[in-house]
Amino acid sequence: MLLSISWRNIWRNKVRSLVIIFSVALGIFAGVIATAFFKGLADQRIQKVISTELSYLQIHKPKFLETNDFTDYILNADGLKEKVSKIPGVTGVSERIVIQSMAASAETATGVLISGVKPEDEISVTSINNKIIDGEYFKGIKRNPVLIGKKLAEKLNVKLRSKIVITVQDINNNITSGAFRVVGIYSTDNNIFDGSNIFVRYSDIQKLTNFPSTAAHEIAINIDNNDKLPIISQKIKEVAGADLSVKNWKELRPEMNYLTEAMDMYMYIFIIIILLALLFGIINTMLMVVMERTKEIGMLMAIGMGKIKIFSMVVLESILLSLTGGIVGIFIGGLAANYWETTPIDLSMWAEGYQQLGYDAYVYTQLDYIMLVNITILVIITGVIASIYPAYKALKNDPADALRIE
Amino acid sequence: MNVIEIKDLTKIYNTSEVKVKAVNGISIDFKEGEFTAVVGPSGSGKTTFLNMLGGLDKPTSGDVIIGGQNIWQLNSRKIIDFRMNNIGFVFQSYNLIPVLTAGENVEFIMQLQGKPKKEREKRTRELLEAVGIGDRIKSRPSKLSGGQQQRVAVARALASRPKFILADEPTANLDSSSTSSLLELMSQMNKKYNTTFIFATHDQRVMDKARRIITIEDGKILSDEHFDRK
Repeated sequence: MLLSISWRNIWRNKVRSLVIIFSVALGIFAGVIATAFFKGLADQRIQKVISTELSYLQIHKPKFLETNDFTDYILNADGLKEKVSKIPGVTGVSERIVIQSMAASAETATGVLISGVKPEDEISVTSINNKIIDGEYFKGIKRNPVLIGKKLAEKLNVKLRSKIVITVQDINNNITSGAFRVVGIYSTDNNIFDGSNIFVRYSDIQKLTNFPSTAAHEIAINIDNNDKLPIISQKIKEVAGADLSVKNWKELRPEMNYLTEAMDMYMYIFIIIILLALLFGIINTMLMVVMERTKEIGMLMAIGMGKIKIFSMVVLESILLSLTGGIVGIFIGGLAANYWETTPIDLSMWAEGYQQLGYDAYVYTQLDYIMLVNITILVIITGVIASIYPAYKALKNDPADALRIE
Repeated sequence: MNVIEIKDLTKIYNTSEVKVKAVNGISIDFKEGEFTAVVGPSGSGKTTFLNMLGGLDKPTSGDVIIGGQNIWQLNSRKIIDFRMNNIGFVFQSYNLIPVLTAGENVEFIMQLQGKPKKEREKRTRELLEAVGIGDRIKSRPSKLSGGQQQRVAVARALASRPKFILADEPTANLDSSSTSSLLELMSQMNKKYNTTFIFATHDQRVMDKARRIITIEDGKILSDEHFDRK
């Protein structure tokens, strides 16, 4: 009956309660939408990095990522690729020769990172083939085709079919150059990546550098589900052996993982600030409630309602008040976030700025259901905290004094 | 048999200027089944006296012994339980819980006592029928007249099967016809359940119905008269 009394008490002053419920609902709605928006933004960024730059897992020689030593390669990369391909959940494996070099056009030169890829294998790991905005993915030019980013094309002032000269150190540390022709220009919406990464065929760079034909610096692996990452990672480690290092995207780009964690933390801070602001409103309302009902509380004490029950009644009322608003906010926020999960929020007005930072201009929100549960818990905690002082005031009532009030 | 024994009960209020003796050394007993009016002018100390009897206001000195238990020796938690199980209250302004129906108001105290649901519901129906508003069991107080609300209050006071009922000016807010029917009802309940009723009042109609009238003035008993009434 205590729950029933508390619930009915809320509706004794409908306008006042509705104002608080509406405020809580609005605050939580904003929190849910912001959470879903930033989670969507971060996840899209991570997905993009995985699909265009990283892949889910990579195998290297242990020191390669630190030294980028051209001679520090996986000798039997072809054999390893075969074994890894057979692991359940692995959807693509691509061997890469990775080499830092100079790329020069007729006008200027710049440092770039070359990925020598087998075009048909690379498709199964990254989606660079879908990012071509001019030309085609390794089609149309037979000899030494190269894919370059839009930003690099602007920097070198080259266009489709232009010639660029790539200068590298070969396997014997001799400087060697090769002329490549632009077969396609890609754009990943990440200007930094687009300005410094070029893709050539594995066979072309292998010949140019006298690189062993079955070797690779990097084996990039794609999987069907991020949730399986730990299991598949373990299996790959078993296949690769102790001599090779297997790293997942979180280890390869820790800042990407921090991005998700930091985003989650910012969102909690954001929601806690919202709830903190609401807290004072709820305290105020509950204080009014307790003051108004001094006589009634006195009567309840007189007829035998104990202090714990009086306290609980006030706390319950505060929780129900906050929770009603919270649930309304979560529901409306959830509906809106659900809608934007399929229909992206259009930020193309600020596309340039977003792309500089590597973010999409169209953001698909992503609802985190664990976050919703945590928001609900935070709302309940807010209700409890808001009620402590008013409930304490209620207990301070002396029934004899309270009953004298006319 | 004595239900309440009061020994040298005193209540002194310390105001900033003077000490006021609201109740000044009262000693008196109440027997089972009494229908007693405590009368006196405003400020005579009758409400304070009733509050000390009911465990609501702590006396400065003296004892209130109910069923052999000196209630003011109990701690605050136990005194609340004692009130719940031994004393029924009827207040001047009804003081029902506005968000509960008439039935729920009666049932509420039994729920506090931890009585099983079936027993609660049965007794609630029985009591509301006994006070003549069995048909209003689902009505909220705001939908009831003053007289009806006070009937619910009487039913609520009886619900916990108390040793006695304290009624502080129960007729003060009622018109004369409601007053006489309420008094008739309380008299019936007094006889039916043999529950002791103690009123604080200055309503002549209550005095006319009472079988014992204790007059208090300046915190002291002026007279204690017994009447033989049916």
